[in-house]
Amino acid sequence: MHEIIRQLDEKRAAARLGGGQRRIDAQHAKGKLTARERIDLLLDPGSFEEWDMFVEHRCVEFGMADSKIPSDGVVTGHGTINGRLVFLFSQDFTVLGGSLSETHAAKICKIMDQAMKVGAPVIGLNDSGGARIQEGVDSLAGYAEVFQRNVLASGVIPQVSLIMGPCAGGAVYSPAMTDFIFMVEDSSYMFVTGPDVVKTVTHEQVTAEELGGAITHTSKSGVADLSFENDVVALLQLRRFMDFLPANNKQKPPVRPTDHAWDSYDMSLDNLIPNNPNMPYDMKELILKIVDEGDFFEVAPKFAANIITGLARMEGRTIGIVANQPMVLAGCLDIDSARKAARFVRFCDAFNIPLLTLVDVPGFMPGTSQEYGGIIKHGAKLLYAYAEATVPKVTLITRKAYGGAYDVMSSKHLRGDFNYAWPTAEIAVMGPKGAVEIIFRQDLDNAEKIAERTEEYRRLFANPFVAGSRGFIDEVILPHGTRKRVNRAFAILRDKALENPWRKHGNIPL
Amino acid sequence: MFDKILIANRGEIACRVIKSARKMGIKTVAVYSDADRDSLHVDLADERVHIGASASAESYLVMDRIIQACKDTGAQAVHPGYGFLSENKAFQAALDKEGIAFIGPGNRAIEAMGDKIESKKLAAEAKVSTVPGYMGVIKDAEEAVKIAKDIGFPVMIKASAGGGGKGMRVAYTEEEARDGFVSATNEAKSSFGDDRVFVEKFIEEPRHIEIQILADGETCLYVGERECSIQRRHQKVIEEAPSPFLTPEVRKAMGEQAVALAKAVDYKSAGTVEFIVDANRNFYFLEMNTRLQVEHPVTEMITGLDLVEWMIKIAAGRKLTLTQDDIKLSGWSLECRIYAEDPYRGFLPSIGRLTRFIPPEEVEGQVRVDTGVEDGGEISMYYDPMIAKLITHGKDRNEAIARMREALDAFYIRGVSHNIPFLASLLSKERFVEGRLTTNFIAEEYADGFHAADLPAEDPTILIAAVACVHRKQVQRESLISGQIAGHEKKARNDWVVRLGDTNHPVMILPTDTGHDVTVDGKTVSVAHAWRFGDPLFKAVIDGRPVVVQIDREGVGYRLFHAGTQDHALVLTETAAKYAALMPKKEAPDMSKFLLSPMPGLLVSLAVEEGQEVKAGERLAVIEAMKMENVLKAERDGTVLKIHAAPGDSLSVDQKIIEFED
Repeated sequence: MHEIIRQLDEKRAAARLGGGQRRIDAQHAKGKLTARERIDLLLDPGSFEEWDMFVEHRCVEFGMADSKIPSDGVVTGHGTINGRLVFLFSQDFTVLGGSLSETHAAKICKIMDQAMKVGAPVIGLNDSGGARIQEGVDSLAGYAEVFQRNVLASGVIPQVSLIMGPCAGGAVYSPAMTDFIFMVEDSSYMFVTGPDVVKTVTHEQVTAEELGGAITHTSKSGVADLSFENDVVALLQLRRFMDFLPANNKQKPPVRPTDHAWDSYDMSLDNLIPNNPNMPYDMKELILKIVDEGDFFEVAPKFAANIITGLARMEGRTIGIVANQPMVLAGCLDIDSARKAARFVRFCDAFNIPLLTLVDVPGFMPGTSQEYGGIIKHGAKLLYAYAEATVPKVTLITRKAYGGAYDVMSSKHLRGDFNYAWPTAEIAVMGPKGAVEIIFRQDLDNAEKIAERTEEYRRLFANPFVAGSRGFIDEVILPHGTRKRVNRAFAILRDKALENPWRKHGNIPL
Repeated sequence: MFDKILIANRGEIACRVIKSARKMGIKTVAVYSDADRDSLHVDLADERVHIGASASAESYLVMDRIIQACKDTGAQAVHPGYGFLSENKAFQAALDKEGIAFIGPGNRAIEAMGDKIESKKLAAEAKVSTVPGYMGVIKDAEEAVKIAKDIGFPVMIKASAGGGGKGMRVAYTEEEARDGFVSATNEAKSSFGDDRVFVEKFIEEPRHIEIQILADGETCLYVGERECSIQRRHQKVIEEAPSPFLTPEVRKAMGEQAVALAKAVDYKSAGTVEFIVDANRNFYFLEMNTRLQVEHPVTEMITGLDLVEWMIKIAAGRKLTLTQDDIKLSGWSLECRIYAEDPYRGFLPSIGRLTRFIPPEEVEGQVRVDTGVEDGGEISMYYDPMIAKLITHGKDRNEAIARMREALDAFYIRGVSHNIPFLASLLSKERFVEGRLTTNFIAEEYADGFHAADLPAEDPTILIAAVACVHRKQVQRESLISGQIAGHEKKARNDWVVRLGDTNHPVMILPTDTGHDVTVDGKTVSVAHAWRFGDPLFKAVIDGRPVVVQIDREGVGYRLFHAGTQDHALVLTETAAKYAALMPKKEAPDMSKFLLSPMPGLLVSLAVEEGQEVKAGERLAVIEAMKMENVLKAERDGTVLKIHAAPGDSLSVDQKIIEFED
């Protein structure tokens, strides 16, 4: 018996060495950790159980029969993050460059299937050179098997991808279908076709980093939601992120105790809004001052920064926040911000995360680039997402809520549950100046008259009381008491029950 | 007594005056400019009157508007604070004409002391010692030597047309005076085309020490001194009372001369006579300030007097009920001026919103905070960038310094840069602690500016213990998250590695009834604290020593502020610490070949194009921030490689504008 146990230990030790010490050293030299080291950091110590450690590929072509390594380039299994169950896979670049074989894919599918059965999140740590070319179509089939599962799991269990090395070609489409993509700076990249192909086809000279590095995807393309300075920080941040998420779409988000009094006042908010309506202010300050302990996990901070999205807690319970940012493009809605926010709203709605919407929006961004780019359809995505969402929805208008953008930003008309406004709110079709120039077009050459009319319009409409008189605003609240009001609103809405009519699925304007 | 007074000022001093008036049962009227609409002094006053645009020339300096405000509100007297109209004789006269009392001295005192030459003359007549010197033209070296001997060595031979240190010689002997005369004359001729020189006493190791006086027109008292030698470019930074340098005899002599001068101008109010004191405690009159001084609180702390209250009483015709013998100096007091400026960037003023402003708690007789801003307030470009005055008192100088350090640690300011790191550094200098001050202190101790290296190396145990406790609480709480696998819940561990900067410190943290016991490097310290999640300050007693560390969460790490320093810490498991050590160190990119935006603002114009050669000092770009245009100039010669921003762009701080060739 002892001999057999010793043999198991040896087999395990060999498997754990992956591609061998030399490759492990090479991985470290690149500033990267190995697949198993990453799991060590991500999961609670001692909680990881590895599955399919002894799986080997079945390919015999091109001399592959001789290069079999247990685990076949991916470590899979389950464990806990702060006691809560997750399934995960971690691609092992030291084994054949982490390339995806038929069996590698099958291992991933196996944990995804199990995660679906028990209702637990799946985390992917991607570090793979791509398809196992020696296997040909078997490898491609493997990818597709994973894609299919990503899609079926979408909206059922949270799926999060952390790109920690290369992720190229067809491989990108698995992370692309997960809920969030995080990247490690300087050591990860994602693209459909690499720099060499790009050069051949389009004659563009571009580095892998420029084409698909963390900066590109978190600021230009918006493909990735966040990037982190290195593997250690990325994995610790992922732990922090998972603490916000429910295990599946039938559960409510987790609750974590807090010392922060639910009804505390913050007097500094009473002068957050500048006296000059054209001066910006930082909406993030408001977020940090109303959520529990100022702890806000912002998602996609560098992409479409004119809208802020992220997770926080109120009374220890996760909420999602969508907020216009007056500091960037005056907080207007455009193609990128509408897409970013729409996807975030749908994620929250899918996983029972209540939504807090903070509104200071002067309207949609005008211009040919926006119209040619399809702002009509992209803007509609955000409208659709809010209208469809059945989770508790609390909205606060801090300043401007003009035009169609007012409707879009979780207005009362889109089944907003609690719609608050600060006394500084201005809810109108447009700003006073623009409105007067249309209504009193005949007086345009009379500056005095226009000024008078503008003042009149400002007096009549640049406030929350017209909307209040229609019941579109439930209550005008004082800035310093915002935390108290919002907390109580979400507390009241904890058992909100609302269902959309049955259908196969809606047809969101993609 | 007055029923209602108007304060013709803003900021902390307006708030300070309102406080005393309120205590006396007097109603107050605040005046304010556009920029001060939401300021604290406006909120504190019983009534408020808007007096114009933001620029002080259009509001706080407009006498007519202030007088109109008095009439409109029925204010019977005006306290001018300091600065603005406080030493303006026309304002005093105008008020007088309207029958409104001026809470300050009479016209004659303001006028006489407002004139440098006349005040010196008056001082000399009142037998107040002035810096000895000979203002006439000196014809040759021998005459220079004779004059120098009359004055007494050392002397300074100075070009009449001088400036910038040119044509200046210090002479300790007759020989040096002779040579100095010749070389100063030559240098003055070649530099200024004017070879006239004069001689005055050279003050070695000069200290700025001033006497507070209080006079009701009959009685005149001296209320101790304040030493204000810690100055940066003539701007006072730290003041204290008493001076660590004066003997009772010198204090008495200075006080009596100050009183003589005040009497000579029929002084009636609180006032300050400034002296320069040399290494041998010889003192010389500099000037008299006919108003309340910024640093008056240190005098109040050691005398128990309320100077503002006395100013109001005297203006209302009351007499002093004190005699010189009643003025007792008790303990020691220090004042630090907290400015909105970035000490790491050449003390560039920093304006904007105080996203968080939590001053240390005031403790009667120990810690006092005079400020004109509140949480969420604004530091405006229009006025002095002082955020607050922090004043401490102790039974002796060391205790006052210790309290100041602790209070600075607890002063939580976010949103604008501030000089607390610089103040902490000043307080830690051995020379400061020993009281060896001169007005050159800052210039000498920080000869090439202020840098992080000027901060003293602190015992890291405090930071490690603080962050370990906070993290241990965090982990404990994480183990209570809902949705864990029943029966398999997480247990909080006690062994951690604090990674402070790039150094790993293994620690063991055990919760106790009063906080935590933390073992660092084999030594266990007991940390008593009641820190709660979200508290910006970690207040603890570590092995009997009170400690305050500011802890901001930054993602999964922590940023710690203590004793002027800033550190980043991660608290990791042993495994994670091992892996963290493998991570590549990412060097900050070299930004020296870029022109970066020094502030958030709008790029108004660019003066250069790509490929253009520029010379040092050449205009490169104009940035508008808070309605002010700032011209950015080339620091050295170079060629523009690339332009990264276009006119009309909104720039964030440190955003690239222009890239130069290597």
